[in-house]
Amino acid sequence: MKSAVILFPGSNRERDAARALKQASGQAASIVWHGETELPKGTDVVLLPGGFSYGDYLRCGAIAARSPVMDAVRAHAAKGGLVIGICNGFQILVESGLLPGVLLRNAHLKFICRMQHLKVERNDTAFTRLYRQDQVIEVAVAHGDGNFLADADTLKRIEGEGRVAFRYCDADGIVGKDSPNGSVNSIAGIYSDKFNVLGMMPHPENLIDPLVGGTDGAALFESIAAGLGRAA
Amino acid sequence: MAAETPAITPELVAQHGLKPDEYQRILDLIGREPSLTELGIFSAMWNEHCSYKSSRLHLRGLPTKAPWVIQGPGENAGVIDVGDGIAVVFKMESHNHPSFIEPYQGAATGVGGILRDVFTMGARPIAALNALRFGDPDHAKTRHLVSGVVSGIGGYGNAFGVPTVGGQVGFHTRYDGNILVNAMAVGIAATDGIFYAKATGVGNPIVYLGSKTGRDGIHGATMASAEFDDASEEKRPTVQVGDPFAEKLLLEATLELMTTGAVVAIQDMGAAGLTSSAVEMGAKGDLGIRLDLDNVPTREEGMSAYEMMLSESQERMLMVLDPDKRDEAEAVFRKWGLDFAVVGYTTDDLTFRVWHNGKEEAALPIKELGDQAPLYDRPWVETPKRPVIAASDVPAPNSLAGALKTLIGSPELSSRRWVYEQYDHLILGNTVQRPGSDAAVVRIEDGPKGLVLTCDVTPRYCEADPFEGGKQAVAEAWRNITATGGKPLAITDNLNFGNPERPEIMGQFVFCLKGIGAACTALDFPVVSGNVSLYNETQGRGILPTPTIGGVGVIDDVSKSIGLGFAGADEDVVLIGETAGWLGSSVYLWLIENREEGAPPPVDLQIERRNGDFVRELIIKGEVTAVHDLSDGGLGIALAEMAMAGKTGATITALPEGVPAHAALFGEDQARYLVTATKADALIASAQAAGIPALKLGTTGGAALTLPNGEAISVADLNAAFEGWFPAYMARAAEN
Repeated sequence: MKSAVILFPGSNRERDAARALKQASGQAASIVWHGETELPKGTDVVLLPGGFSYGDYLRCGAIAARSPVMDAVRAHAAKGGLVIGICNGFQILVESGLLPGVLLRNAHLKFICRMQHLKVERNDTAFTRLYRQDQVIEVAVAHGDGNFLADADTLKRIEGEGRVAFRYCDADGIVGKDSPNGSVNSIAGIYSDKFNVLGMMPHPENLIDPLVGGTDGAALFESIAAGLGRAA
Repeated sequence: MAAETPAITPELVAQHGLKPDEYQRILDLIGREPSLTELGIFSAMWNEHCSYKSSRLHLRGLPTKAPWVIQGPGENAGVIDVGDGIAVVFKMESHNHPSFIEPYQGAATGVGGILRDVFTMGARPIAALNALRFGDPDHAKTRHLVSGVVSGIGGYGNAFGVPTVGGQVGFHTRYDGNILVNAMAVGIAATDGIFYAKATGVGNPIVYLGSKTGRDGIHGATMASAEFDDASEEKRPTVQVGDPFAEKLLLEATLELMTTGAVVAIQDMGAAGLTSSAVEMGAKGDLGIRLDLDNVPTREEGMSAYEMMLSESQERMLMVLDPDKRDEAEAVFRKWGLDFAVVGYTTDDLTFRVWHNGKEEAALPIKELGDQAPLYDRPWVETPKRPVIAASDVPAPNSLAGALKTLIGSPELSSRRWVYEQYDHLILGNTVQRPGSDAAVVRIEDGPKGLVLTCDVTPRYCEADPFEGGKQAVAEAWRNITATGGKPLAITDNLNFGNPERPEIMGQFVFCLKGIGAACTALDFPVVSGNVSLYNETQGRGILPTPTIGGVGVIDDVSKSIGLGFAGADEDVVLIGETAGWLGSSVYLWLIENREEGAPPPVDLQIERRNGDFVRELIIKGEVTAVHDLSDGGLGIALAEMAMAGKTGATITALPEGVPAHAALFGEDQARYLVTATKADALIASAQAAGIPALKLGTTGGAALTLPNGEAISVADLNAAFEGWFPAYMARAAEN
């Protein structure tokens, strides 16, 4: 599996992401500078990491979405290549038009870092095939702007097409009881219409090790490695 | 220019924070009247913050050496060797005065400054901690300050990308007018890849790196060297503004630059900015420095030499460059979109020369600027000893469980979750023991080795008895590292005190330092870096003496580190250490009896070491399932915290004998730990063989903590009180 982690000025979870990809696939990820116009030849999966690209001084992800490398990422996605954006990466995907909706300031207006339960909405995608249907997993969240919102029509389409990847829930899997940010329908992550692009606010890349909080995030990267390229 | 230059009047000298005798010293040193720029340079170098003029004499007594110390005090940060070719670079620094005036930016730039100190030495920051002290929760400004400081620390550290893994938050009315924001950063480097500030070679270019220079922060270090008065809030323009994005770029660019071999010497621009960084690099290398300010990247038009030399704009560095590698070095900085400008060169005349617009604005002897700063042996008086309060003279509460619930839900002892959830403590994926633990454990890269980190001090002990309080601060840091399985290696100290010109304050300083020194020596726990913050005083009312200790330890295998939560039911709960029921200066006496009185608990450093070494060995051998050190609130609070963290109750059937129950539960005797084990008999036997008191108190299990008198309190109730105070308090702020 050839993976590429895009490095924007202000990215800060690129090492975490590269570590998770390597642990799942055995192959080191390429770190690709935002100024590049092409991805390394043969790239299977592109990861846009967490962080504060360009300081998030404009809307989160807005400047990074206009980086030279994003044309290459769009082309990769258009060909059906896998793209995953985590946290700031999700914000960049939304700003670049690869995913619908917006990510607003958290409802309580504060940055929040804590462990958070998620419900896996479907396990038939390239990113979740090693999870169980409706599995409740525990991963980290760490963001100030993760409050997902879309207009009513878009939301209806996302829900109707089964494009919600993960929802915030409590330890018993009950959705709506425990949201860190006020997202509509407790949405924590969504897919593109072809299910080859995933954006999510939580950090599965920080939960890949029993010594450091648990391994509930590992299956996401192992899913990618296990069945590369064939989006469900 | 000359027409705009004011005459050097006594008023102007005073405005620069220089006393008449200090000004005379300048005249004697240079043999003429200084220019305005020169006066500014002297005020920047000779203020308390930069020169340590009141504290230097006493700091000399601290132990700073050990076989594992690579660099002690005097550089940007301290450096220790943790084996396998890995060096740990760390320091703590205060940003108290700016944070009171503008809490968000003050705290943010405090974090930025200390991170820069660490990566200037070639280390990648892997953890941050902070120790915060605020005024009485009911004081009108406290909520605003808590809110601003916490979001400022988070705002900077989160964007920079370092996990904020631990710290302290305390409240006391003595901080009403002077809050404390002490930020600590910890980084790792290769032992042979450390960079220093000492310039070498004549004619080497001096390069300015990072963000542009503006008018912000001019005279920040002078502000930090004065008492506050009613007009202090007018000093808001002297608070710098932080840009964590620029700092993140500066980090990556600096570390990348260091791999090119281009860096001869490097120094971050912190307090007193360009002045201090240039003088320190030259003076350490026995070289002169010539700066051409026309080449300094500025963010505003028409800045004078005076303003540029005193600006404290953030995210800047100064470097002496190998001239053969200039193009390579510049390319790295251009790639990261940062300024890179040659602003001067090293000389052999030991003079600090500043040129601007074709005119020499300053020509000062560079060694003397640092070395000849005033040094004061300020008069001091010893704090009078307080009487020892016998446990039997402190009334028992109506209900032990009720007192426990009151204390666990108090501003002093309640959960800090509201604070640490605003800090990204999980980034980098190496946080093994998280905030809320005795000490944070952070794995180094892929392990198995890890660092064990903590910040500690008990200001009410330091107020009651500075010597014992100083000892206790170090001992508690050592104990917290020990309680997670770490071997304590070294400390950084952040010494926060009131006005040193008052003999009783100076006495607190002198005796806290003696206590710190005694504990560091006895525990093999040397001081490798630090910072002094004096004049934390408003209208004659000083803070509690607060020498914050940042402790660093190592654990060879992080999988052996241990948490404080009860690990399961039916385990034995064992108290290690002697309990006399010491209630003097305790939280119990303060919050239940409303008495801030009495001598604090004495610290026997030999016993501290013996008990701690014993507990650490139990952890490393895997003979215990949970460990918690006993500190504020004593045994009762420790039991409650273990129960809440483990979501398991316990039935306590025995308490230390010969001590009233409330003193056994809430006394703050030192050198004690609670441990759990599936079968504790062998453990108790080996403790007793070593002469260490070990008492089985009871058994874990159930949903409540049951005390020997039959009183019980559910873990859920404890948790509600513990987790409830902070969010409720801050929510009240929103309503106001």
